[in-house]
Amino acid sequence: MRPDDRKYAPTHEWVKIDGDTMVIGITDFAVQELSNGNDSDLVYCDLPEVGRILDKGETFGEIESVKAVSDLNTPVAGEIIEINSSIEEHLEILSTDPWNNGWMIRIKPTSKSLDGLMSAEDYEKHLAAAH
Amino acid sequence: MKQTTLHETHERAGGKLIEFGGWHMPVQYGPILDEVRCVRERAGLFDLGHMGRVHFSGPDAVAFLDRLVTNYVARIPVGAIRYAVLCREDGNALDDLLVYREEDGVYAVINASNTQADLEWMRSHVGDLDVVIEDRTEGTAMLALQGPASETVLSKLTSDCDLAGLGYYRWTRGTVCGLDTHISRTGYTGEDGFELTFPCEEAPRVWAELMEAGASQGLQPIGLGARDVLRLEAGMALYGHELDPDHNPVEAGVGFAISFKEEKGDWIGRAALAAVKAAPTKRLMGITTPGPRVPRQGGKLFRGDAEVGYVCSGAPSPTTGTNIASVYLQLDAAEAGAALELDFRGKRQPCTVQALPFFSRTRK
Repeated sequence: MRPDDRKYAPTHEWVKIDGDTMVIGITDFAVQELSNGNDSDLVYCDLPEVGRILDKGETFGEIESVKAVSDLNTPVAGEIIEINSSIEEHLEILSTDPWNNGWMIRIKPTSKSLDGLMSAEDYEKHLAAAH
Repeated sequence: MKQTTLHETHERAGGKLIEFGGWHMPVQYGPILDEVRCVRERAGLFDLGHMGRVHFSGPDAVAFLDRLVTNYVARIPVGAIRYAVLCREDGNALDDLLVYREEDGVYAVINASNTQADLEWMRSHVGDLDVVIEDRTEGTAMLALQGPASETVLSKLTSDCDLAGLGYYRWTRGTVCGLDTHISRTGYTGEDGFELTFPCEEAPRVWAELMEAGASQGLQPIGLGARDVLRLEAGMALYGHELDPDHNPVEAGVGFAISFKEEKGDWIGRAALAAVKAAPTKRLMGITTPGPRVPRQGGKLFRGDAEVGYVCSGAPSPTTGTNIASVYLQLDAAEAGAALELDFRGKRQPCTVQALPFFSRTRK
């Protein structure tokens, strides 16, 4: 079971409330799909500038494997206040710890609501139904 | 989705299988770039069962192919193999293929995704020629053994054939693992190596015997992901990227595979390609880029504000240690050493133009 202290988007991002801010990353499933289980197949992660304002669902970056590129989309609207630039040099963090050290951006959300996003249990069902 | 007789073998070996050209094929068994290095440094074994294998017989087999493909088939010596392109009247590509001359016929290997369309196109152009077209894809297996250790590995299992004496782009028949096998010194990697074709039900045994014979040489199974990087490093076209119905073989730089000789007679696409040859507008080149982003198909190239080309295929290249791509460039930008910029949604990354290939052990 995936962590239930956060919510999940159908595009395989997670968002976790942390005080007044929210932290966003991608799920183990997303990493697995991109790398086919080989973390050295991940080659680049393009993260945005601090200060950028994001609409809900907006693409904030891209992650690349040898074979493919995937958009990173924010499940919630807000202003980016911090990015995890250590990912860019250490992509393997995404494989080893996508839930904590593999976080991607921290935002100051426009709204506290996480309506419309899935619980860990629902995300599990979503994956089972789609694959 | 179709499966080759090696499907279970791939699954047991930990292969990650994907759809490719209508077939369920291994894209990788481990990290893709490690598989690339394995082929460059040692040897790799590939399942090519998905590729279309077609045989042409009858008195007009050679003349028929000379009407359909760009190379001069009647001029290919028996036992030799040539690359060729199957074109439409407008000179753009329907497929690319290898043509093998036999004593009494012609054999061709075509792309999996185009096999049915190619067969329909060919059959519709037989006209009054006396030719029999036989699709041998389903009954046969095709493996590739590629890399510097290939000859050492294959010779352990081969008899009735002088492997060492088999030249590049030549084929012969020999006994491999006790089976009568069609052996060619060809590949899609820029490495020395062989391609083997034999009855498909024997593939699991032949695969296992090759893997065992190659264990001491570091032989590994290799998926389509690494195959794509290897062929791109070697500057070889992939249908759907460098060649397709919007691109012609002249501008793709495969002029060596096109014959305008009068003796070949007229062929489909000849007039259009002669016109392109007289006045080309773009050229296939390579780029290397020192930046972190991997060039991808459709990426645009700029010189200042002017768009001067686009990416066909891109990959991280372990052999050159940089990200590489094949690109179509307008002629005034297609100069080795030229500095251009690659656009990633508005972010620019520098790149340098170079001639293809990036690497080849067979084409020096």
